[in-house]
Amino acid sequence: MANNDHDHDHHHDHEHGSELSETQLRVRALETVLTEKGYIDPSALDAIIEAYETKIGPRNGAVVVARAWTDPSFKKSLLEDATKAVASMGHMSRVGDHLVAVENTPKRHNMIVCTLCSCYPWEVLGLPPVWYKSAPYRSRAVKDPRGVLNDFGIALPKDTEVRVWDSTAETRFIVLPMRPAGTEDWSEDKLADLVTRDSMIGTGLPLNPGEVK
Amino acid sequence: MDGVHDMGGMDGFGKVEAEQNEPPFHAPWEGRVLAMQRAMGYAGAWHIDHSRFAQEKLPPATYLTASYYQRWALAMESNVLERGYVTREELKAGHALTPGKPLPRKLTPDVISAGMSRSSFYRQQQGPQRFKPGDRVRTKNIHPKTHTRLPRYTRGKVGVVEMCHGCHMYPDSVATDQGDNPQWLYTVVFDSRELWGPDADPTLKISIDAFEPYLDPE
Repeated sequence: MANNDHDHDHHHDHEHGSELSETQLRVRALETVLTEKGYIDPSALDAIIEAYETKIGPRNGAVVVARAWTDPSFKKSLLEDATKAVASMGHMSRVGDHLVAVENTPKRHNMIVCTLCSCYPWEVLGLPPVWYKSAPYRSRAVKDPRGVLNDFGIALPKDTEVRVWDSTAETRFIVLPMRPAGTEDWSEDKLADLVTRDSMIGTGLPLNPGEVK
Repeated sequence: MDGVHDMGGMDGFGKVEAEQNEPPFHAPWEGRVLAMQRAMGYAGAWHIDHSRFAQEKLPPATYLTASYYQRWALAMESNVLERGYVTREELKAGHALTPGKPLPRKLTPDVISAGMSRSSFYRQQQGPQRFKPGDRVRTKNIHPKTHTRLPRYTRGKVGVVEMCHGCHMYPDSVATDQGDNPQWLYTVVFDSRELWGPDADPTLKISIDAFEPYLDPE
């Protein structure tokens, strides 16, 4: 499908209209065969898709970050064992056994990548964005992270340590960004609105108080 | 294997371009591919490292031009064929021609949350933990023809063990059907100049998660 000269839909904008692409046809054939052989149940596929479309997103992670910003003992346990700390909140399904939270400080900025495939903390951040899975990000994040940050409109102080975590095994990382100034009396729920997906990958920063309604 | 999937440090791919208001899926078939992958994984048809290895074995030009979910679909086709779950004739016909092989279980709507939870990769240790945080290690200069999780840009380099994540199933063995072969897993951190030479950004540090067989004491 990928080499086919009329199906370069990797830019995602060619596949509209009624004509079925070769990819669609092949995926449909695969699903039909796997279903008829008894391996899969299409209604289970529907439920999985619905969950990713409606339930599993970066809000899961944002709530964790906001809790860490307001509760020092939770923050301590999050940094010690993120799997256990997130599970204790009970707001989402199990995150597996291997979640690690890494803390941004005035001295250190963390960034997450997977150079070998596209490993990503799905349970806490939802589906990975296309750019995270793209060759530009996977190739440059470990060599020129400041250049990558620049692509996202971010310039860190020159002496800030930049730490890049290449997710080469089954450990998954989430960045605990710094709490924005001017939010001292904010509730956890309101704080979570400041926590962007990219701030938990390390390619962004949380919103400032003035940036949310 | 030394494939194009191992992209860390390559130049020439251009800027990172984020799409504003990106939808969960760009076409319905992408969701079907993702969900089929989850369902087949839950069923025990193959392991995640079989999927990764199947993608790595795609022709380099295909790997680079296919979209993410196209690569998943191509890898799934390879795995169902190579592992004997489906025949080429069936894929071509778009219908089953014979009954399926038995699988350990099947993902049905009532067990969706179990099917979507990440399984544990911890395994019983087979030997003592060789390194501890603070130890200096050198990664091996290895170039296996099969699946490995030691990226090229970190081979033969000196780093420091920062964390031990316990004992995990070993992808290099799993992907080649040689069993879990559990190994200790460590976060190893490198100075940028060790990886990228004297002109590298001195404020940069990079870590990988490395299985014990990838490491020698330094």
